[in-house]
Amino acid sequence: MDIQFIERNGNLVAKIRGEIDHHTADKIRKSLEAKFAESTAKNIIFDFAHVGFMDSSGIGMVIGRYKELQKTGGRVFAINIGPEISRIFDISGLRKIIPCFAGIDEIESGV
Amino acid sequence: MADNQMTLTFLAISENQAFARVAAAAFASQLDPTVAELTEIKTAVSEAVTNAIIHGYEGSEGDCFVTMNCSLLNRHIYIEIKDSGKGIPDIEQALEPLYTSKPEEERSGMGFTVMTEFMDDLQVESSPEGTIIKMSKKIL
Repeated sequence: MDIQFIERNGNLVAKIRGEIDHHTADKIRKSLEAKFAESTAKNIIFDFAHVGFMDSSGIGMVIGRYKELQKTGGRVFAINIGPEISRIFDISGLRKIIPCFAGIDEIESGV
Repeated sequence: MADNQMTLTFLAISENQAFARVAAAAFASQLDPTVAELTEIKTAVSEAVTNAIIHGYEGSEGDCFVTMNCSLLNRHIYIEIKDSGKGIPDIEQALEPLYTSKPEEERSGMGFTVMTEFMDDLQVESSPEGTIIKMSKKIL
């Protein structure tokens, strides 16, 4: 698992590459928290383009960021949700609280 | 008598979550499942193994092991995930969507819901000596 960050227009984009399970979700959380704290971003965008697997540990990690950002008025978005993880987004109800978009441009034009 | 069968025993450490789900998927591939069916099997196995590691063996000392038994019969895959941990005190509660015994740890409480949704059948047997998760799925 590898994670890259891009900060633009008040959004911290986390591009995750690999699989998200209990083992990697904690690493992603720590890395993301540290990066967000040192950034000036208000929102977090998860880019799932290169995530081939995610289980409910990933759901917990994303909801955790949603709860954190609620405290400061920030928002969490998801982009590039492929077929591998689409169903877990559906059955967990994650789509109801995390707006999902095709790409960053869609979010930036709407926010 | 199963058409094919395999058993794996591995250390109850989180590195082995990926190992277990990929092994189950590789075994299931003999039935020519779709990519979606493979994803469902991998996700259900990942949830069961994660539960064994973080709940079953919580606070345990020394080497702890999880055993996964997979068998194929008449285009069904049967998967058993067994630990010798502390067991689930209240199975009914554990099966409720969003229930987590660790709300402080960002657990979603969706593990059993995912297993139920992604597999055709789920049975949970648990005692203070350990837990066995039995799941099955027909490969169409």
